[in-house]
Amino acid sequence: MINITLPFDEEKINSLRIFDEVRLSGELYVARDQAHKKMFDLLDNNQELPFDIKNQTIYYMGPSPAPKGYIIGSCGPTTSARMDSFSPRLLDLGLKAMIGKGPRSTDVIESIIKNNGIYLAAFGGCGALYNSKIIEKVPIAFEELGPEALIKLTVNDFPCIVAIDKYGNSVY
Amino acid sequence: MNNFVNGLKEVLIKSATELDDSILSLIVQARDNEAQFDTPQSKGSLVVLNSILDNLQLAKETKIPMCQDTGMFDVFVDIGRDNKSSLKSIEKAILEACSLASNEANYRKSVVEEPVFDRINTKNNLPPIITYNLVDGQDIEVNVLLKGFGSENCCAINMLNPTASKEGVVEAVIDIVKKAGGKPCPPICVGIGLGGTMERAAYLSKRALIRDIDKKNIDIRYQNLEREILTQINNTNIGAAGFGGKTTALFVQIEQEPTHIAGLPLAVSINCWADRKAHFVYKGCLND
Repeated sequence: MINITLPFDEEKINSLRIFDEVRLSGELYVARDQAHKKMFDLLDNNQELPFDIKNQTIYYMGPSPAPKGYIIGSCGPTTSARMDSFSPRLLDLGLKAMIGKGPRSTDVIESIIKNNGIYLAAFGGCGALYNSKIIEKVPIAFEELGPEALIKLTVNDFPCIVAIDKYGNSVY
Repeated sequence: MNNFVNGLKEVLIKSATELDDSILSLIVQARDNEAQFDTPQSKGSLVVLNSILDNLQLAKETKIPMCQDTGMFDVFVDIGRDNKSSLKSIEKAILEACSLASNEANYRKSVVEEPVFDRINTKNNLPPIITYNLVDGQDIEVNVLLKGFGSENCCAINMLNPTASKEGVVEAVIDIVKKAGGKPCPPICVGIGLGGTMERAAYLSKRALIRDIDKKNIDIRYQNLEREILTQINNTNIGAAGFGGKTTALFVQIEQEPTHIAGLPLAVSINCWADRKAHFVYKGCLND
C-alpha cells in the first residue's frame, strides 16, 4: 500500500508502477462528460478553465444526491473511455492524473507517456465505499449540469490501483 | 392502488442498496477463487472483489446507493390475462412508485429529455422504460432493472446467419464481451436473447438478465450453451474491473424463441456486478 498526498509530484509519479495499490489524500477535481465538453468550449473560445489544471487530478464521477447528514451521496467512478477524446489536450495543459474505471485509448496512453501523467482505476460500482472517503465538497463550475457539475473534493485514504503508469504500461 | 405503489416502491428502494443473496454469493465465490492465485492480475482483481463486498456492506448499513449510477428504470410488467385491473391504473401506479422511490432513496437523476441536442435533465429520473407483456394467470408481476449505463453502453445486437450454429453464437458473444472489456464493471452478468426479430432478441436478452438464477433454461441444450459461454467468457481473463483475473462473468442466461428461416438474431445485454433488480407481484385488481 502506497499513501499519496495530492497533488501528485513528479517523483511520486516516477516511482509508481501498474498494479500498485494506492491511497490518495488531498484535493481532486470531479468532471465527467458534459463538464469536459464545457471546458473544451471555454478553451476553444480562448477563455480560462474554471480551475488551474496544472499538476491536478481529475476524477470521472457524477454523484447521487447527498442524504441528510452526508456531504455527498454515492460516488464511485464512471467509465473513463468516454473521456478519451478530451484527455490528451488536458494533459498537455498540465493535468497530471486521471481517476476512473476501465481501459483508455492508445492516444491517451501516448499522452500519459509524453506528459509524465498517470491513470488510476477506482473500483467501479463502489459508490458507498467512496462516499466514506470524502471529507469536503466545493462546487467549482457548471452547477446547471446537476450530477455532472464540476466540483472539488477533499479525500482521505481514497483507494485506487495504478492502471496506466507514466511509462505506458497498462493493466488492461 | 396504495398497496401496489408502496409494495413496488419498497422493493425499488431496497434494490439500490442491497443485492439478491444469489448474486452476493456468486461474488463471494469469485473472491474466494481469486484468492488462490498469486499473479499481479489476480491480486488486483482480489482487491476489487474485496472492495465490492465492503461496499455492499456499507450500502446496506448507510442506505447510500451501492453505485452512484442508480440507472434508468427498465420495467417489465407481466399482466395475467385474467387480471381485471384497468391498464390506466397499472401504468399510474408504476410511474408513482418509480417517482417516489427515486426521491426517497436519493437516486441520482440520470434521465435526459431527448438524446441528441440539449439533453435537459428531467430531474425526476422519469420516464421509466415500461414493457407490457400478457401472460397466463391472474396476477400482475413487475420486474425492474435499475439499469446503469456503464454496462448498458456495452450491450449489442448481431444478426447472425441462420447457419451460424452454436459455434457462431459463442464467437459472437465472446466478441461483444471482449469489446466491452473492463468498461462495464466486471464481473458482469450476461443476458442473451436468441431468435425472434431484432427488437425481440433485445427484449429477450433483458428477460434473460431478469430471470431468477435458480430458474433453469427450459431446454437442456441451451442450459449447456449457457455454461459453455460462461466458461469461455471467464477464459478471456478480462477479470474483475478489467484487471486480468479469473472471473469475468458471474452468470450467463439465455432466453430463446422461434425465428425466421433466414435469420438468427442475437442480442447480448450486459449488467455490471451491481445487478440491481426489483421483483414485485400484485395479486389484486387495480381500478381508477
